Formats: sequence, structure tokens, C-alpha cells
Amino acid sequence: MTLKVEVDEQRCVSAGHCVTSAPDVFDQRDDDGVVHLLDGAPPERRHEQVREAALLCPAAAILLRERDGSA
Amino acid sequence: MSDVLVIGASAAGLATAEALRRRGFGGTVRLVGAEPHPPYDRPPLSKQVLLGDWEADRTVLRPPGALADLGIETTLGRRAVSLDTARREVALDDGTSLPYGDLVLATGLTPRRIGAFAEQAGVHTVRTLEDTGRLRAELAGARRLSVIGGGVLGCEIAASARRLGLDVTVIDPAPVPMADRVGPEIGAMLAELHRDHGIVLMSGAEAEAPVVSGGRIAGVRTSKGTVEADVVVVAVGSTPATEWLEGSGLTLDDGVVCDARCRAARHVYAVGDVARWWHEEQGRYVRLENRSNATEQALAVAGNILGADRPYLPVPYFWTDQHGVRMQVLGRPAEADRIRMVERTPDPRKFVAVAEAGERPVGVVGWNSARGLRRARALLTDGSRPH
Ligand SMILES: Cc1cc2nc3c(=O)[nH]c(=O)nc-3n(C[C@H](O)[C@H](O)[C@H](O)COP(=O)(O)OP(=O)(O)OC[C@H]3O[C@@H](n4cnc5c(N)ncnc54)[C@H](O)[C@@H]3O)c2cc1C
Ligand code: SF4
Repeated sequence: MTLKVEVDEQRCVSAGHCVTSAPDVFDQRDDDGVVHLLDGAPPERRHEQVREAALLCPAAAILLRERDGSA
Repeated sequence: MSDVLVIGASAAGLATAEALRRRGFGGTVRLVGAEPHPPYDRPPLSKQVLLGDWEADRTVLRPPGALADLGIETTLGRRAVSLDTARREVALDDGTSLPYGDLVLATGLTPRRIGAFAEQAGVHTVRTLEDTGRLRAELAGARRLSVIGGGVLGCEIAASARRLGLDVTVIDPAPVPMADRVGPEIGAMLAELHRDHGIVLMSGAEAEAPVVSGGRIAGVRTSKGTVEADVVVVAVGSTPATEWLEGSGLTLDDGVVCDARCRAARHVYAVGDVARWWHEEQGRYVRLENRSNATEQALAVAGNILGADRPYLPVPYFWTDQHGVRMQVLGRPAEADRIRMVERTPDPRKFVAVAEAGERPVGVVGWNSARGLRRARALLTDGSRPH
């Protein structure tokens, strides 16, 4: 399974839920707190956290594309 | 495996359906919503959409096809009209009935109206895309806006209208805006922010009746005198959308009353703005009206449907954007007896304040300080829970 992560900075409301859920994948910019993607293709062991972050993001600013390993 | 039926296709209903799937639920998931639109987001309505920075379709919460890909069956433009918990069925406004294994109530709120202002042309409430479209269209040809209600929504609408160039007056009985959410000190800072941007705050004033001229609104009569206005927004809070549940046997009291696991009855759960659940740590019923709660509670409800059996114990969180300031609020700062600045910068427009009741921190307010706010979050949690 591969998981591609994208963030929409325009939508982000700087809530930081993503950083709390998956600190190795998301960070927040210093000045305005807008999401900063650290890892657009995180390893499998982070997938659960990333899915949780995408669900919790109150601005629907995290987009996930999942593919089976065969693809 | 039983089926889950979700009534209300907005932030909370959508997140519950998605969370069930993401956690491997294999049964049928049906999402029914009264609005004709696919699930969309409300916070931008008083901000980007009202300002015209975003087209309406940018508020859609998931790309087309995403729900179908997850195997979530969506029925839009259909209203639930009654619930039979004995037969485990929900009747819809087209005369059909849907059975359920577990039911999730996610019907949100309806804006409260003021009797004297109801049905008057030029008077608006804001909850839906249509509401926002109508208001935006009217503001385009107007000069003066009166906002009745200095809560979060009223303040945001006032700020957006000001940026659109209108003369704006906010009418509210309280001395400062949003004090019930952030306490008097931060409320006073907000008042100053609004005044600096040219908004007239009519504090300590009660809106009494519309002033009408030639069928159109011309102003608002208040306990402190009359304000002229071409457009009026009523933002005096909202009531849980539970009328359709009268007689169902559920306890309805300022929302759908639930136990600590957000369960209203056997196989019935409530989530989001409509849910009032027993908060085990606070020992009281709590209902939250904010966007983060919609998704967090959805995760909790999905978990409990799947057998997690865990109480819902969130740290309340909301944000608001006014005049270019992003304010973020954790916990319940209005319950504090004092505030203490913990992170100050040379820039007075950036700070983090902790609200304390006695020695105990009960809330954190960040003013243009997203990262500082996240650091301070630890003060409100024991660190064992992620949120
Ligand atoms: C203009 C505006 C700005 C906001 N800004 C912020 C903000 O900046 N920050 C923040 O934290 N929060 C904000 N909020 C609050 C946030 O949007 C809500 O907390 C959130 O929408 C709650 O989601 P919900 O799914 O519980 O309810 P809702 O979004 O109200 O959705 C309920 C849905 O159920 C449908 N429904 C109702 N009755 C029935 C029925 N009988 N049958 C079928 N469907 C039904 C409704 O049509 C609606 O689509 C804002 C709200 C508004 C209106
Ligand atoms: S959770 Fe969403 S809104 Fe919050 S910082 Fe992350 S991307 Fe932005």
C-alpha cells in the first residue's frame, strides 16, 4: 500500500490537529501556523496516524491518495 | 454485520460515515441530508464566501466520487421526519422508511430568530450556502449593516461586511463581544479590534423591533435608540434541529441528550452540534458548537459503534478570523477568574494567554499564535490523550 499526502495551504486553518496526530508527517509554519508537509509519501507504519489526521482536520485540507502495492 | 444510518450530511455526519469505513466497518453506511448539496463546510461561509474570496463550490468537503469510493450511500435533499426506535426505522419526507442497525443523529442547528424580525425583507440569518449567497447579494447594494448579536458569528459577519466597505453596527446586550466564549478581558481586546476597524459596537443594547419603510428594513429600534440599516443580520445563537424527534422517546433538552459514550438510546447515537452528552470528567452535560468537535466526536461515535466503549472527553477548540486576526481558543476560558500572558512578543498583535480558575488552567487563547497555542495545549491535558 502506498499513501500519497497532499495539503491545501489555502484551506488550512492552523488548527494543528495534524501535527498532534502525525508529527513526523506534518509541521506548522512558524509565522502563521499553516500546515507544512514534511513527508508526502510516509512509510506504512505512519499510515494510520495520517488517516486519522485527514479525518480530524477541521478544514478538510489534507488529501490522501491510497494505492495497493501492486499498482 | 449491521447497517449504520446517518441523518445529517454535514461535517459531523460525513466524518462519522468516513471514520466507520476507515476503521474497517463492512456493513452498509447510508448518509441522508436535507440540503441538496454534497457535504460542505460552514466556517468559510462567514469569511471567504461572504467576502467573495471563495466560490461556493470550494466549500465542498470531499472531492466528487470520494464517498462512493468508500462505499458510503448518500441521499441528498431528503429530510428525516420521524424515528421509531422499536422498529428501528427512520421515515423520510418522501414517504419512504429506512431501517437501521445503528443510527447516528447529526442534524446540527437551526438559527434562532427574533419574533419581531421574522419574515421581514432585508433581515438575514446565516447557516447555509443559500443564506450566505442571499446576504452577499444584498450587501453588494447596501451601505449600512446592523448585526444583532455580538457572538462569534455576529463578529465575523460584521468584520467581513466592514471589509466589503459597509458601515457596520453590532447590537448586543453584553458589555463586550464574545465574552461568553472568551471572558471579559479578551472580549475587551476584541471590542478594541472592532472599533479600530471602524465598527460601531452598541453594547448593553437590546434589539427591540425593526424599523420598516416601504416594506423594506430601514433600521433597528433598540433599548438605546434607533440604528439606521439597509440590511440586518440576526446572529443570536441557534437551536438544535430536533423537532423531528419529538415523540420518539429520546430525551431532548437543548439537544439530543446522550450518555458519556454519545449514546441517546440503544443503537442510537448523536454527534456534532446537536449532541449533548454526559462529560464524565466535568460531571455535567455538555454540548459544543464548533467545527473540530464535529470531527472529533465523529471519531468517538464511530469507535463506540464498533465496540470501543469509550467516554468522549475532548478539549474544546474553536478558531475565528476577524479583521485579519486569527484567534484560537482551547478549553473554557470564560470560566476563568483571570488571564495570564504566557507568550508575548514585541508585536502586541500576537500573544498566547492562559485562563485560570484559581491555580487551575481552564483555557488557552492564542491571538495570531498558532504554534504557541499548540504548545500551551499540554496545560489542559494530562498528555495521555492525543486531543
Ligand atoms: C457561518 C458559520 C461559521 C462558522 N465558523 C466557525 C469557525 O470559524 N470555527 C469553528 O470552530 N466553528 C465554526 N462554525 C461552526 C461549525 O460550522 C459547526 O460546528 C459545524 O458545522 C457542525 O457540524 P454538524 O455536522 O454537527 O452540523 P451542521 O453543519 O449544522 O449540519 C447538520 C446537517 O443536517 C441537516 N439536517 C437537519 N435536520 C435534518 C433532517 N431532519 N433530516 C436530514 N437532514 C437534516 C442540515 O440540513 C445540515 O446539513 C461556523 C458555523 C457557521 C454557520
Ligand atoms: S489539521 Fe488541517 S487545518 Fe489544522 S494545521 Fe493541519 S492541515 Fe491545517
